[in-house]
Amino acid sequence: MRRLEPDESRRLADHWANEIARSTTRPWKIMEVCGGQTQTIVKFGIDQLLPPQIELLHGPGCPVCVTPLEMIDRALTIARARDVIFCSFGDMLRVPGTDGDLLGLKAQGADIRVLYSPLDALSIARQNPERRVVFFAIGFETTAPANAMAIQQARQRGLSNFSALCSHVLVPPAMLAILQDPEQCVQAFLGPGHVCSVMGLSEYEPIAAQFSVPIVVTGFEPLDLLEGVCLAVQHLEAGRSGVDNQYARVVQAGGNLASQALLASVFEVCDRKWRGIGLLPRSGLQLRDEYSAHDALKVFDVGALTSEEPAECISGQILRGLKKPSDCPAFGERCTPESPLGATMVSTEGACAAYHAYGRVPVARLARGAARVQ
Amino acid sequence: MKAAACPAPVGRYPHIVLGHGSGGRLSQELLEHVFLPAFAGTTLAALEDQALLPGPTERGARIAFTTDSFVVSPLFFPGGDIGRLAVCGTVNDLCVGGAIPHSLSAAFVLEEGLAIADLERIVRSMAATCREAGVEIVTGDTKVVERGKADGVFITTSGLGVVPVGRALSISNARVGDALLVSGPIGDHGVSILSVREGLDFETSLLSDCAPLASLTRVMLEVSPNIHCMRDPTRGGLSGVLHDIARRSKVGVRIDEALVPVRAEVRAASDMLGLDPLYIACEGRLVAAIAPEDAQRVLATVRSHPLGQGAALIGQVVAEQPGLVRMRSRVGGERVVPLLSGEQLPRIC
Repeated sequence: MRRLEPDESRRLADHWANEIARSTTRPWKIMEVCGGQTQTIVKFGIDQLLPPQIELLHGPGCPVCVTPLEMIDRALTIARARDVIFCSFGDMLRVPGTDGDLLGLKAQGADIRVLYSPLDALSIARQNPERRVVFFAIGFETTAPANAMAIQQARQRGLSNFSALCSHVLVPPAMLAILQDPEQCVQAFLGPGHVCSVMGLSEYEPIAAQFSVPIVVTGFEPLDLLEGVCLAVQHLEAGRSGVDNQYARVVQAGGNLASQALLASVFEVCDRKWRGIGLLPRSGLQLRDEYSAHDALKVFDVGALTSEEPAECISGQILRGLKKPSDCPAFGERCTPESPLGATMVSTEGACAAYHAYGRVPVARLARGAARVQ
Repeated sequence: MKAAACPAPVGRYPHIVLGHGSGGRLSQELLEHVFLPAFAGTTLAALEDQALLPGPTERGARIAFTTDSFVVSPLFFPGGDIGRLAVCGTVNDLCVGGAIPHSLSAAFVLEEGLAIADLERIVRSMAATCREAGVEIVTGDTKVVERGKADGVFITTSGLGVVPVGRALSISNARVGDALLVSGPIGDHGVSILSVREGLDFETSLLSDCAPLASLTRVMLEVSPNIHCMRDPTRGGLSGVLHDIARRSKVGVRIDEALVPVRAEVRAASDMLGLDPLYIACEGRLVAAIAPEDAQRVLATVRSHPLGQGAALIGQVVAEQPGLVRMRSRVGGERVVPLLSGEQLPRIC
């Protein structure tokens, strides 16, 4: 892989921006599905390079954001147990549960560790046989295979002190939920590049056909996003629907078959609550019965713990592309990354957090914020 | 001093979290809600990297005084160690205020079980770095705590320096029109530490930039009397320094991402780990706001110095939107550069 020099990036960006402007004759609303794509758009100002007729809507694909409140509460309950080492990706530590977050619990003495790989949790379990090691397995189809591998290895090696708190979610049911919403106005999708590198394209073809939308599977670099938008606009202008693949350097049509087999052997599809959206049928992955001994929900008996979300937050509408973060009266005032009201403000990939981080705040509020910190 | 008795709550956390040490927003809250109300004095409230005190004589030279603690893990890393860091950190906080560093103190908290050989290696490294910076350690202290109550060794250094007559560098002195210079590629220190911690392998070995800046700041100040402020981008990284300039000088800051020097290894590691080089600490770099007519001359001087070969002008100080840092992205869009909210990388210095 070669990185582009900055002036080369600029030249290619200009090329795609011109191409998009040349292709656009009417207004179009395009939703990028992934939080990583939202972050790139806001961080690099991609939307500022587009003609005014093109509106980008931010989708539900931030795994941290959509992890349901009750799952955070279950994590907090488990992590409070004295013999537990609770392992998680860093982003989850700041997500508020009903009563505090994992970071606050860590400061009070709970043994909570940030990992970059789920396999590290297995090493911790081996090194600490007298402790119970729990890994917080969250994310879309992208992170699920590595987590599945860790859980499978734990069973093969008889690591009885290792379990996973699984809250995996699936992209296609969320796209279906958006398209079935009578208020929805999405005309094309930039599809989830990394999810498709695992699952392939076949799940998206029936969605594109049923709702007559183009779905352009797209990568995460600024130039990927511009090319993805360009392809989506060209399909829309030509009246084409179907699945296209901008991210062919990573995504093969069939996906990663070994990963798919691994997922199928460890997980089964289940109904899942999404933070901000609610219960979506067949939208999650849970551990199969033969892995019960490594299922933290069962080991710690927290499956019955349920929580209700605060009513004030509009993140459900934001995750479905119905509202923009700046439409929310609480945004940047009562709701900030330091004290988020809801799902989309908590992770760096959440639309509200990205808007807040990169200054997409109405100017008057921004000035008040700057005055406060002085 | 009424606020000292009842400080306002620090954000949403009733306890210290690692983010309070990040140099970002939480650190700032801690400073504003806990320390400043208790220690209200105009010298501290200026929030410079060093306190400037009246000199003992009438001739106008002032004393610069600063202190810093070092808790880095691991103790030895590519390109440096906790001892070199402890000398550089304090020396650099003096230098960026225009001071000529003179003497340091060093206090050690040692954990029971630390190998004497490791301590000797750290102390030898401190001595070598002191020679490089032209300072001497003139007083010190040692405490030992039980195993588990510290992590090998923690070091606190304090430093004294002299600011010659006529120099008035300050974080609140940046002026509209000033050019912003960074003295080399950013993020080397943070990523070199991370590479050891996370077992990342690079094709070339990335070294920490950890270095005393005394000789660099000396030549810069000799070549231009119009350097308005300097600061070393340690915790909080380049973004932290630019925010300090914007807030304290009540100006806007505009930079261009394509001009900010970042090594390929640092960019690759940052992408992989979800970090942003703008927030990664350096320990041997500085940022300067320079009157535009002197900018090219200072840049040439910095580039001819061994510690400044990768220097670049990255943007300007502007009048619009005081308090805000804005950046043009490498594909041409523009955005605000936010202050680091939580903790990006703990225990790097």
